[in-house]
Amino acid sequence: MIEIKNITKNFGKLKALNGLNLELNKGECIALIGPNGCGKTTLIKSILGMVLPSSGEILFNGKSIKNDNDYRSQIGYMPQIGRYPENMTIGQVLDMIKGIRKSSEFLDHDLYEQFQIAKMLDKKMRTLSGGTTQKVSATLAFLFKPQVLILDEPTAGLDPIAAEILKAKIIEAKERGCLILITSHLLSELEDIVSQIIFMQEGNLILHKNAEELKATTGQQTIARSIVHLLKTETL
Amino acid sequence: MMRILKYVALDILKNKIIIAYAIMLALFSWSAFGLEDNAAKGLLTVLNIILLTVPLMSVLFATIYVYNSSEFIELLLSHPIKRSKIWKALFTGLSLSMVAAYVFGAGIPLFIFAQWNIALMTITVGSLLSVIFVAIAFLSSIITRDKAKGIGTSIMLWLYFALLFDGLVLFLFFQFSDYPIEKAVVFLSALSPIDLSRILILLKLDVSAMLGYTGAVFKNSFGSDWGLVLSFTLLAFWALVPFYLSLRKFKSKDL
Amino acid sequence: MGILTKYRFFLFFVGLLLANIMPNHAKTIHVGRGQAIIQIRKAIALAKHGDTILVNSGIYKEGNIIIDKAVHLVGKDYPILDGELKYEILSIKSDGVSVKGFRIQNSGRTTMSDPGAIKVYDVKNVSIEKNILINNYFGIYLQYAEKCIIKNNVISASQKEENQSGNGIHCWKSDSLQIIGNKIEGHRDGIYFEFVTHSVIWRNIAKNNLRYGLHFMFSHNNAYITNLFKHNGAGVAVMFTKKVVMMNNTFEENWGDAAYGVLFKELSDCYLSGNRFIKNTTGIFFDGSNRIVAERNLFQGNGWGMRMQANCMDNSISHNNFMGNTFDVTTNGSLTLNQFFENYWDKYEGYDLDKDKIGDVPYHPLSLYAVIVEKNPPAMLLYRSFMISLLDKSEKILPSLTPENFVDNKPRMSPYNL
Repeated sequence: MIEIKNITKNFGKLKALNGLNLELNKGECIALIGPNGCGKTTLIKSILGMVLPSSGEILFNGKSIKNDNDYRSQIGYMPQIGRYPENMTIGQVLDMIKGIRKSSEFLDHDLYEQFQIAKMLDKKMRTLSGGTTQKVSATLAFLFKPQVLILDEPTAGLDPIAAEILKAKIIEAKERGCLILITSHLLSELEDIVSQIIFMQEGNLILHKNAEELKATTGQQTIARSIVHLLKTETL
Repeated sequence: MMRILKYVALDILKNKIIIAYAIMLALFSWSAFGLEDNAAKGLLTVLNIILLTVPLMSVLFATIYVYNSSEFIELLLSHPIKRSKIWKALFTGLSLSMVAAYVFGAGIPLFIFAQWNIALMTITVGSLLSVIFVAIAFLSSIITRDKAKGIGTSIMLWLYFALLFDGLVLFLFFQFSDYPIEKAVVFLSALSPIDLSRILILLKLDVSAMLGYTGAVFKNSFGSDWGLVLSFTLLAFWALVPFYLSLRKFKSKDL
Repeated sequence: MGILTKYRFFLFFVGLLLANIMPNHAKTIHVGRGQAIIQIRKAIALAKHGDTILVNSGIYKEGNIIIDKAVHLVGKDYPILDGELKYEILSIKSDGVSVKGFRIQNSGRTTMSDPGAIKVYDVKNVSIEKNILINNYFGIYLQYAEKCIIKNNVISASQKEENQSGNGIHCWKSDSLQIIGNKIEGHRDGIYFEFVTHSVIWRNIAKNNLRYGLHFMFSHNNAYITNLFKHNGAGVAVMFTKKVVMMNNTFEENWGDAAYGVLFKELSDCYLSGNRFIKNTTGIFFDGSNRIVAERNLFQGNGWGMRMQANCMDNSISHNNFMGNTFDVTTNGSLTLNQFFENYWDKYEGYDLDKDKIGDVPYHPLSLYAVIVEKNPPAMLLYRSFMISLLDKSEKILPSLTPENFVDNKPRMSPYNL
């Protein structure tokens, strides 16, 4: 579904992405992991068109995303820290996004209802707690039934109940055949939903493997341990 | 785009700083007209306030607002919308809000106390100045990623137009005082939006008679019917060119 | 010699007879519709010295009427003398003529002969009173006149261009005139004097004239008292004259690029007191003027209260009020040979510890910006610029560029009651 062909991104002297090649397919739930500054965020932003690669190209359903906006209607994005204009209310944010999406109604009401957003429509974004802001971000990501979900640290800041609701939603989306790309530091949280692992370091792709395969080859029971094992044995 | 514009404008209009700005302008204007014994003098005081604070407020507020909106811009960008539309919506929203605050703050007393044609000129010019300095803010905030540097750039640009440029003009007056430089000088001062605005308003006032020969040249060049068209075109350029440059940069910027 | 002695008594008797009986013999000729005489020209032809011609109301279009006898021409209910835009209407060519109570309109317009509604040629003791003059080229025109009285006339014209319009009251080479209580509007110059001496100009109003309200040159020893000069195209300009007294006049709203409350060019030994200069571009402009005393005048709301060129000497400016002027005083030189003292300046920020109503700190009325503009007029374009305000403020605190000796050492703390 998404093909990343040999993309490189330089920020001045710093190489954030170094000749990266990836193929991400429908129905996969990919955990994007790596130490801070490894290029995860740059990769996500490149896919979203926020960062323009220095070289290489990204194909979405076989079409280059360069100079294209419409492909993003297939993507739901949940940022790590959502910041919205202070004096906008939740209702206004939702209405505005609806306008941008040219959609007259919401396609997926699950999170909207489960997070009880309707009760808070008149609250200003400034007054919301970090967790509530994340709920709004999550709701927005799922609201239009996208084919691709990009979730940046989705459970950070959410209370356990909300985190569970979100996880259930992610699983449901995966089963529906969505492509899901998650970055997270807390691998344990993703254990049961992740099907693929991408590990990056200093702009390079180190590992791109099926989760089961990874566990099998390392002989560990969890993904987190497999990664640690790999790092220790320095086979990466 | 309209919907982004609408909510951005609503958001800014509810901003405490903008409300304070409008109230401050109102207080200054009302008291200037109230304290001076005649409206013409009051108007000169208001003119001073407008030429200083309107550009400063517009450029500072807009710069800070753009920096603070960076995550919001990212969020918008994750949706199927053109980059240019976001930037344009933000610019229009900010401009409209600054103009609204100005018209509310200074416009009402102007219309009550000053002659309507002078009031109209002052309001138009002040509104244009607001837009111009929002555009300059967009340019300086796109040039650098660092918020502190961006605000610094904005303040420097404001200082340049409000103060240094006039110093430069005065310096040239003295350097070339032996030559017939009136026309050159007139066009030179049109190169600063604040100066152009100031003189456009002065030409509407009694004091225009004191501007002498140079004033007459100015009036012929910028104060006649066609001159006014030229002046407003120049002012419009001052708004459009910085914004267009910032837009071009924004289109290819990494967020 | 012998004969004169012989008839002395007889001559005295005849003189007495003339003095007593002649006025009784002067007759009144009535002119107008239904009268025996319907033409003014005819009446003048029939009249003798000292007769009164009483003109009834009506319109008289008789071209040029020449008054060559000492008659009293009196209008009843303002009869109209119309020059049909072709003629000089009344030409006074005899001493002792009086013209009173006419409405005189539409004089000729040829610029070569300067036709006026009333023109006085080389005579004495003429009185022109209570006439209404409308739409004439020149209003009242005197040349080589002496001891004439021009009083309470209303003179107005409505030309748009200076070259199509003559002066309201125009006097040339005359002496001992009294110009009193006239109202002049819409002419080129309201009152114009050239080589006029020993005259008094009192309680006239000249406003909305195209060029100057009052304009004179080479006219010595005249007094201008309680006149109003308002909203004239270029204000008032007076030149090349000595010993003028101006008291209690008001010079108001003479706004324009080259308009002055009063422009003094090459005037000397004049005295100005109690005048009011209000809302003029420049209150008084002194150019090459010496030994002028100006005291107890008011300068209010002018662009420049007073501009004194460096070629002026020994002028004394004292006990005046300077209030609400953009610039109180400017000069274009650094050397000042004039005195300023005990004036009230509303921009003065000093204090008065000894309570003698005189500020303890000298006042420098010349602002830095005023100096800059005087040296470099285009700099006026920076008026009200933020930088100029800063410059002026810093110069006030640390004077460095304005002339040190341009100073009022005894500034008044409170305005005079003028």
